[in-house]
Amino acid sequence: MKGLGTSPGIGIGKIFVYKTTEIKVIRENIDDTEFEINRLDKAISKAGAEIERLYKLTLANMGEKEAEIFKAHKMILEDPEFYFAVIEKINKEKVNCEFAVKETSESFITMFEDIKDEYLKERAVDIKDVSTRLLRTLLEIESVDLLSINEESIIVAEDLTPSDTAQLNKEIVAGIVTELGGRTSHTAIMARTLEVPAITGIKDILKNVKHGELMIIDGTTGEIIINPREEEIFEYENKNKKIEELKKKLQNIKGQDSISKDGYKVEIAGNIGTPKDIDKVLENDGEGVGLYRTEFLYMDRDRLPTEEEQFEAYKAVAEKLGKRPLVIRTLDVGGDKDLPYLNLPKEMNPFLGYRAIRLCLDRKNIFRTQLRAILRSSTYGNVKIMLPMISNIKEVRDSKEIIEEIKEELRKEKIPFDENMEIGIMIEIPAAAIHSRSFAKEVDFFSIGTNDLIQYTLAVDRGNQDISYLYNQYHPAVLSLIKMTIENGHEEGIWVGMCGEAAGDEKLIPLLLAMGLDEFSMSASSILKARYLIKNTSKEEMASMIEEILGLSTAEDVEGALDNVLSAN
Amino acid sequence: MLKREIKIQNESGLHARPASLFVKEASKYNSEIKVIKGEKEYNAKSIMGLLSMGASKNQMIAIQAQGADEELAVNSLIELVSNLAD
Repeated sequence: MKGLGTSPGIGIGKIFVYKTTEIKVIRENIDDTEFEINRLDKAISKAGAEIERLYKLTLANMGEKEAEIFKAHKMILEDPEFYFAVIEKINKEKVNCEFAVKETSESFITMFEDIKDEYLKERAVDIKDVSTRLLRTLLEIESVDLLSINEESIIVAEDLTPSDTAQLNKEIVAGIVTELGGRTSHTAIMARTLEVPAITGIKDILKNVKHGELMIIDGTTGEIIINPREEEIFEYENKNKKIEELKKKLQNIKGQDSISKDGYKVEIAGNIGTPKDIDKVLENDGEGVGLYRTEFLYMDRDRLPTEEEQFEAYKAVAEKLGKRPLVIRTLDVGGDKDLPYLNLPKEMNPFLGYRAIRLCLDRKNIFRTQLRAILRSSTYGNVKIMLPMISNIKEVRDSKEIIEEIKEELRKEKIPFDENMEIGIMIEIPAAAIHSRSFAKEVDFFSIGTNDLIQYTLAVDRGNQDISYLYNQYHPAVLSLIKMTIENGHEEGIWVGMCGEAAGDEKLIPLLLAMGLDEFSMSASSILKARYLIKNTSKEEMASMIEEILGLSTAEDVEGALDNVLSAN
Repeated sequence: MLKREIKIQNESGLHARPASLFVKEASKYNSEIKVIKGEKEYNAKSIMGLLSMGASKNQMIAIQAQGADEELAVNSLIELVSNLAD
């Protein structure tokens, strides 16, 4: 079988089927209420032990903050109000324990969902989680969670959510295979960050595998072998060895500049989501951070992060990078990234809707808090601000005005910041690319966000499996927009970077170098390979081929041409 | 029976972490303990009860206990609320 190889490397391990079973509860009339109450007590203590175990595991693997949630779950499970409400239902209505638990938790959930407070609304999710666990225990449905994996495994799932991936132990997870998602799905991005091989977009894989079977995956080619033969295992172990050898070669170019064969210097930086990702970037000799996705600070929690919390996070990264640049992107939520506590409206077209800079310029308090934290962190390193989803000049001017106001505030409060901090924008909407000459007059740098630029240029929802074949970074139209953006930026004397997945694509790197891209920002694991490629490419030579390549009719032709260039080098 | 009143002073009120600290402390005592806000009474040993009460900054609540250790219970809970930090 074959899927989309979205995180490179070879994984060999036992299949761990991860799926959430549907729970069906039927109302039964019972006589022996004692018996039902007894069952309830036993289930509560068993579920409690499970939660306790998850708490300890998370504490050991991730830390106290991540583990905290399970403490809250335990309290909900053992809550007297909840307990007595269930007992009363069993006794009064003479119903089975499952039914009583379900009805009671539903009434609590509705009660919490109706509360106006955003934090409390969110607790409904926890009650749901706990009652589901209790029901599973009562119905003896085997509960699966990713933390319980205790041998080299390949996770097979429909898709993984951010809270799932937060539980991944990369020491023991040999690979991930999902039915949904493309190169830029959450699963794929997280897998690359964690350096776990992954294959996404294999429809019906769950139907074709059994828990515990052996599986080999090749995250580069997207190939999957279920129940491999001896010689296949041998072959892939060999392949794995070769990959390790290339890794060694790459280690040798650590500490060197990223200079093309004919002497053009570029900057190769890493993308990060949390402050601890910076270690990976430095380990791979990243020359800076071209994209700090701050939304992770806002996720997996129940309220907005305070200025202090943000400041600490930004400062930590800035200090670790020292003189090397740190590009902090302001909050980019909405679209596929929801924050439950913001109560964002459901939209028909979320990617074209209320998200990123649009949300920030509307809810200015959120924006101001973040900008203050970023500005305050700017004295600890080489910090730059980047605004996402810019589609018109007014958004840039309004944002800059707010930044000026905050600078004035800080001056009055005698809080230091970098007066010359650069402000840049993401070019990810075709309008911004086409009109980039005007934008370049207003900002200090561009960073091309290819993931969205491709989606908006080609009108392809990047999460939709059925049309993922249309999502293609080699489309001549996309490449023309990239070229136009780089040229316009240079005309106005600003630097142009790229922080989308395309920046780390081996086939595209020579072309982007030739177009004059100044900065390439990618997953940490791709940095050294990119440098290796740049060192083996001549910019001038490649530049003579740009016209020809962009003149090709189809994305497939372009990819073929780039393939040839790559193998020639 | 013992009852004392207190004004919530910390920024985020009896939400989240403060509420779980409160429940933990209340559960140490044998007395029946209630938190009263306005006309409504809530079980002080129930996280769900306390969370659904949703006491915020500057609101008055009363803590009421009945039982052998009522004095200890009320005093320690009053102290806990007055020392809450965000």
